[in-house]
Amino acid sequence: MMSDWLIYFLGAIAILSACYVLFTSNLLFAAFALVLTFISIALLYLVMGAEFIAVTQIMIYVGGIIVLIIFGVMLTNKLGNEPPRSGSHNKFIAALVSVSMFGLLCFAIVQMNFSNDMIGGSLLQIKKIGQVLFTDYLILFELAGILLLIALIGASVIASKKDAA
Amino acid sequence: MMLELFIVSAFLFSIGLAIVITRKNAIFVLMGIELMLNASNINLIAMGGANGQGVFFGLFVIVIAAAEAAVGLALVLKIYHHYNTIELDKVNELKD
Repeated sequence: MMSDWLIYFLGAIAILSACYVLFTSNLLFAAFALVLTFISIALLYLVMGAEFIAVTQIMIYVGGIIVLIIFGVMLTNKLGNEPPRSGSHNKFIAALVSVSMFGLLCFAIVQMNFSNDMIGGSLLQIKKIGQVLFTDYLILFELAGILLLIALIGASVIASKKDAA
Repeated sequence: MMLELFIVSAFLFSIGLAIVITRKNAIFVLMGIELMLNASNINLIAMGGANGQGVFFGLFVIVIAAAEAAVGLALVLKIYHHYNTIELDKVNELKD
C-alpha cells in the first residue's frame, strides 16, 4: 500500500534526523536537524489525514519554536569564530534508561489490539474542526488563549534585563 | 499502519529522553523535550478517537508546547545573564 511506504519513509527520516540531534555536538546543526524531524512529522500527519494539524505543526514548530531555539543559541554563545558546541555526560545511564523505555513502550504497543484501522482525522474537515472548536471545546480554547497570553507576558518579564524588585 | 506509527513515536520519545539525560547544554534539553512532546502527539493523532477528539488533543498539546518553549528559553536567557553559562552541570548554586 502506498501510505505504508510513505509512513516507513517519513518515519525513517524523522528517526535519522532525531538521531543526528542526539549525536551531534553542534547546536545549530542540531536545530536544523530538528527542523527536518518536525517537517517529516508534519508529513506523517498529512498521511494520517489530519491536514489541519500538519499545517499547524509546520507553522508553530518550524516557524515559531525553532526560530526561538535558534535565537536562544545565538544569544547564549560567546562571540567568536568557533561554532557553538556542547558536550554530553551520563551516556551509560541515558542509554540504559532510553533503551529500556523503548523496550517497555514496544512491549505495551505489541500487546495492544487495534480493533479499528486508521480513524485519523480524515473525517474532520477544517469547517467541522472550527465548528467543534467553538462549541464543544470553547472553554478549552479560551483557556489556551489565556495561557498563551500569560506565557507571552511571563517570558518577556523573565527575560527582561532589569531586575524586577 | 497504526503499529508502525506507534513504533516510530516510541523511538522518537526514547531519543528525546536520551537527549534530555545526556546533554549539558540547556537548549539541547529543550530540544529533547520538544521531541518528546511531538512523539506523544503522533500517538494522539494516530488514535484519533471516535469523533476525532485526538486531533483536538494534539492541537492543544501544540499550543502548550509553544508556551513551554517561550518560557523555557526566557529562563535559559536569564540563567545565561546570571551565570554566564548554560551548561547545566555548572549551574549548581542558589546564590552567587
